[in-house]
Amino acid sequence: MLAAADRQHTEAVIRVRDLVVGFGDRLVMRGLDLDVWRGEVLGFVGGSGQGKSVLTRTILGLVPKRSGVIELFGRNLDACSDLERQAIERRYGVMFQGGALFSGLTVKQNVQMPMREHLELSPRLMDELALLKIELVGLPRDAADKFPSELSGGMIKRAALARALALDPDLVFLDEPTSGLDPIGAAEFDQLIQTLQRTLGLTVFMVTHDLDSLYAICDRIAALADGKVIAAGTLDDMLKADHPWLRAYFHGKRARAIVAGESAAQVGG
Amino acid sequence: MSAKPEFSIDRSGGETRMRLGGSWTLDAGADMERSSERLVGAAAGGQAAVIDIGGVERMDTGGAWLIDRARTTLETAGVSSSIVNARPDQAILLQEAGWRAFDAPKKSSGLSLVDMLVDLGESVANAGGDFVAGVAFLGASVVGLGRAFAHPLRFRFTSLVYHLESFGLRSVPIILLINFLVGCIVAQQGIFQLRYFGAEAFAVDLIGILILRELGVLLTSIMIAGRSGSAITAEIGSMKMREEIDALTVMGLSPMDVLVIPRLIALIIAMPLLTFLADMAAIFGGMLVSWIYAGLGPEAFLTRLQNAIAMNTFLVGLIKAPFMALVIALVGAMEGMRVEGSAESLGRQVTASVVKAIFMVIVVDGLFAMFFATIEY
Repeated sequence: MLAAADRQHTEAVIRVRDLVVGFGDRLVMRGLDLDVWRGEVLGFVGGSGQGKSVLTRTILGLVPKRSGVIELFGRNLDACSDLERQAIERRYGVMFQGGALFSGLTVKQNVQMPMREHLELSPRLMDELALLKIELVGLPRDAADKFPSELSGGMIKRAALARALALDPDLVFLDEPTSGLDPIGAAEFDQLIQTLQRTLGLTVFMVTHDLDSLYAICDRIAALADGKVIAAGTLDDMLKADHPWLRAYFHGKRARAIVAGESAAQVGG
Repeated sequence: MSAKPEFSIDRSGGETRMRLGGSWTLDAGADMERSSERLVGAAAGGQAAVIDIGGVERMDTGGAWLIDRARTTLETAGVSSSIVNARPDQAILLQEAGWRAFDAPKKSSGLSLVDMLVDLGESVANAGGDFVAGVAFLGASVVGLGRAFAHPLRFRFTSLVYHLESFGLRSVPIILLINFLVGCIVAQQGIFQLRYFGAEAFAVDLIGILILRELGVLLTSIMIAGRSGSAITAEIGSMKMREEIDALTVMGLSPMDVLVIPRLIALIIAMPLLTFLADMAAIFGGMLVSWIYAGLGPEAFLTRLQNAIAMNTFLVGLIKAPFMALVIALVGAMEGMRVEGSAESLGRQVTASVVKAIFMVIVVDGLFAMFFATIEY
């Protein structure tokens, strides 16, 4: 992992400034600023209903914003032509919370879908690459020809990740990747994300509630409350912060157990 | 967007040295595939090949796969080959996304006689299974109806009224409209065809008997199968999909009592009422057309109609209506219960529900025709 100081000099892959998003007369984002640096895993936390998903969807262009600037890979999305926007869209992959796999297609066809649309590849290479991605995310070979309805929750998450990685993106959005998985499955998935992130040099924007994921694989954490990022920094910064929500989140009963476990492991190791 | 995959080749003795450059990424898909094939072609036949990837600016899993595939292909062809000068990140990528053999996908054997026989056998078995399941469901619903009559206080009247509104009241406009139109059409054709025999006036008999005995109830049933049968399947199916049916069961409630019986009774009540309205609308349409095309005024039409039909003509149609309702509601509920976890399963079952309900309605109508003919009613 890069040290925090080094990271300041690297490029911001996502850069959000003064973002305002609202539905009707309710404002969800009130002048939100956020940076995600190249090559880092950013964990994004926030209470339920605070708009974590809304922010992700706004960055992805699925929810319209009222004002503010969103830059991906240094390009202002508002200033891009449709063609440039498409080029940018090909550089990120998204894993939706429920998987959002196309139910009429097999896992392999799901993974091939973006390749088929965006790349010029021979059917043989497409098959090979799809199977490679399926294997990279730790799915058994025979899962490739199954339909999403035949998969377990954990396998759906893995298949969705394989599809998100289909075009070898630089940036991956993960929406609650470990929700609904058992602790062992969740830990494996964390490990998988970390391995892939290092292997493929990914930047990962991860919305999560999972304290274990935050401790295990996130380089930096950003916390959302009252429509703003109230804090962004390493885990230590979060632990030191004195915003009441952060204190409740990182010093609650569940968090304390994990922190205690981590420090015991460090002492032991 | 970015540089193309490039390579240059040096041959010295038996060794081929290939220097790769540019970017080996999926953006350059087709280019990259061709380049990798040319790599193989250039080094084939030699003794050794060295793939130098020191000059590659960008490489992704696709690039790593193809480069490693080229290397492996050469190896299997008897050329000892290696990849050199990989940066650490490229080395990891080559290791993780390196070539590996995937079994060729199983090819289906195509349409053979055996497959066709298998399909045929399966559909016969399915039809048999459908029949058994239908009878079982009918039995369960009779038990449910019995329970409803035994404990009328526990019967869900609110639910019944709600479904009466949605199946009955809200169907009235469309039922009136299509039956009015069909009445008009039957009358018009009747008048035109009977005119050849100078028997125009008998068009009234045709309209009265055909509409009251068959068309009114049949059209209403088909319309309701499409409108309410599908709604029953969709409602119960989406509840099944979201485990709501399971939730009812674990609360000790029978889905049959809570969901099926109120819909069943509502439809059984609504259908005769709708059929009556349908009959009236169609006869009104017939009367209007007779007036326009045959100059037969309403008074003359009604007098003729009274002579042509008897009470039993009217009752034959009406008696069928509750049975049609039973068939539609049962098929709808049964298909709804068969929905599995996915949305496309819901869509499939709704389609199946409508098709089966319409089919069953026509079969039942045929059975009734035979029955009434036998008892000479």
